[in-house]
Amino acid sequence: MEELAVRIRDLTKLYGSGETAVYALKGVNLDIHPGEVLMLLGPSGSGKTTLLSIVGCILTATSGSVRIHGLETVGLSSRKLPRVRLENIGFIFQGFNLFPALSARENVEIVLDLKGTRGANSLGRAADLLERVGLGAKINAWPEELSGGQKQRVAIARALAGDPTIILADEPTAALDSHTGRNVMEMLHELAHEQGRAVVIVTHDSRAFDFADRIVTIEDGQIREPAKQATA
Amino acid sequence: MVSLARRNLFHDKVRFLVTLTGIVFSVGLATVQLGLFYGFLTTTSHVIAKSQADLWITSRGVGHLEAGMAFPERKVYQVLGTPGVARAERQIVQFGVWRLPSGADEAILLVGFNPDAGMGGPWNITEGNLEDLKADDTVFVDELYRDKLSVTHIGQTVEIRGYRARVVGFTRGIRSFTTSPPVFTSFKNAQNYFGIKEDQTLYILVKAEPGVDIEDLRRRVSERVSDVDVMTTAQWTRKQQYYWMVGTGAGVTVLTSAVLGLLVGGVVVAQTIYSATVDHIREYGTLKAIGASNSYIYRVIIKQAMISATIGFIIGMGISLVASYISHKTTTVVIVPWWMIISLFVLTLMMCVSASVVSIHKVMHLDPTIVFERG
Repeated sequence: MEELAVRIRDLTKLYGSGETAVYALKGVNLDIHPGEVLMLLGPSGSGKTTLLSIVGCILTATSGSVRIHGLETVGLSSRKLPRVRLENIGFIFQGFNLFPALSARENVEIVLDLKGTRGANSLGRAADLLERVGLGAKINAWPEELSGGQKQRVAIARALAGDPTIILADEPTAALDSHTGRNVMEMLHELAHEQGRAVVIVTHDSRAFDFADRIVTIEDGQIREPAKQATA
Repeated sequence: MVSLARRNLFHDKVRFLVTLTGIVFSVGLATVQLGLFYGFLTTTSHVIAKSQADLWITSRGVGHLEAGMAFPERKVYQVLGTPGVARAERQIVQFGVWRLPSGADEAILLVGFNPDAGMGGPWNITEGNLEDLKADDTVFVDELYRDKLSVTHIGQTVEIRGYRARVVGFTRGIRSFTTSPPVFTSFKNAQNYFGIKEDQTLYILVKAEPGVDIEDLRRRVSERVSDVDVMTTAQWTRKQQYYWMVGTGAGVTVLTSAVLGLLVGGVVVAQTIYSATVDHIREYGTLKAIGASNSYIYRVIIKQAMISATIGFIIGMGISLVASYISHKTTTVVIVPWWMIISLFVLTLMMCVSASVVSIHKVMHLDPTIVFERG
C-alpha cells in the first residue's frame, strides 16, 4: 500500500473563543499522495492558507490529525516542529520571501546551513540547484537585481534545498506574467511527476489548473467534492 | 555559514545608520553625563585626595573642607607623639578674596601648606617649583583660571584680602567645584592672609610610617588628641563629596542629569534595537517557515543586537573621549575612567540584547501566516 505524503483527518482550526469563536477549518479530511500536484481553490477567507499553514507545521490545529509520512504533527511539541518542516517541507510564497540581504546562492544556502551542510558542499549544492532552475548565471545576484520570475525560481531552488518530499506553494504565479507563470508551473509539475514530490498549490490563477492532478475546493473551512481528477 | 545577522545589518545602510545613530547618541549622552558627574565628584575632593596624607585632622564637627575651624597647633605635637606617625603638617583651606587689576573682587579657595613637607600642596606644576612658595607672599595659580584671575605672567603682583601676593608658579588641571579657583601658598602666608593666629591651624595632615595600619592609627590618634575629628583621607574625601553632592543639592542636579542620561540613552537604545528587529519580522517568519529553530532565530537577533551595540558603542565612546579630552582644557571636566568605559559597554550590550529579547518575544508570537502575505 502506497504511503501517503499527508493524511488529514477531521482537522479543525478555531480562532478566538466563546461567542466570538470562528472556525477557519471544520472537519477537514484530505489525502495527499507523493508525485501528485494538488490544487486548493476557494474564495478569500475560505481556509486555504490556514490549511497550508497547518500542513506546513507553522500553525497548530485545534483538533484532528495531520500525518506527514505517518508522523502525527498535531500536538507535536513546538521544539520538534522546525525539524519536521526542515526535513519534509519546502515552501514557495506568493511574495517570494527571499532574504534581501543575501545573494541568490546564499538564499538557497541558508536552508542547507539549517540542515548542517556547510562549506564547499553547501556552495556546490546551492549552485547546482540554481543551475537546475535556470539561474546558473545569477548565483551571486541580489534579489533586487532579479525579475519576479527569477525570484520565484530562486524560491523554488530554496524550497528544494532541504530535499523535501512535500512542496507547499501559495499563489506561486500571482506576481508573475503569464509566460513566467507557466514556466514556474511546469517546474512544479516536474517536481511532482519526475521527482515524486507531493506539490500542494493554493491558487486563484485559472491558467495553473492545467497542471493540476487534482483540484480540491475549500469553502467555509470545509472541503467540497473534488472538482477535477488527474488530467494533466 | 551564512551570517544573516551581519548581512541584515549591513545590507540596508540607511537603516543601519539610523540604528547606529540611536546607539551613538545614547552612549554619548550617558558617558558625558556620567563623566560630568564623576568629574564634579573628583573636583570637589581632589585637594584632599591628592594631599598624599594618610589622615586628616579637623576641628570637631567640620562638615567639609571649606568650612575648617581653627584649633591649637600644639595638637600637632600630640599627633607626632603617637606611635606610627611619620609626619604631621599644618594646613589651611579657606575661601578668600582676590582683587583683580580692574578693582573687582574674585573669590578664591586659598590652600596653605608646608612647602618643605610636600603634603597638601599643588600637583601638575607646569611653571615654577615648590621652593618658590617658601618666600613671603608667593602663590601658585592654575592655568585654567589665568583669565578669570587676570594673571598674565610669573612674577605678577596681585592682592589677596588686601595683602600683596606674587604669582610664582602655575599648575594644570586643579579645578574648583565652586566658582572659586584654588590658589596655593605656604601655611605661613595663609595664616597672614586670613589673620589666623600663629599658634592656630585649620587642619593637620598626617603621614603614617610605612606598614602601619591606617585605620588603627586613626583610632589611636583619635584617642590621644581631644576635641578633633580624625579621618582617613578616604573618609574625609567621602565626607567632602557627600557634602557637595548631597548636602548642597548641587550634586543632586548633576546626578539626576547622569541618571536621566542613562535612562534616556537606555530607552533610545531599546527603541532603536526593537525597531531594527521588528523591521525584519517577516524575514524571521520566513526563517521559521523554512525550518529554523527558535534558538537559531534567537541567535540571529541577538547577534544583530550585539554587532549594533559594539559598533555604536565604539563610535559613541570615541566621540565621548574626544569630548572628555577637550573638557580637560576647560574648568568643567568630563572624566571617563576605564571602569566607566567597561561598565557602559556591558550596559549597552545588556540594553541592546534586552531590547532584542523583547522583540524576539514578538517574533516568536507573530502570526505564522504573515509569511503568506504579499511583501
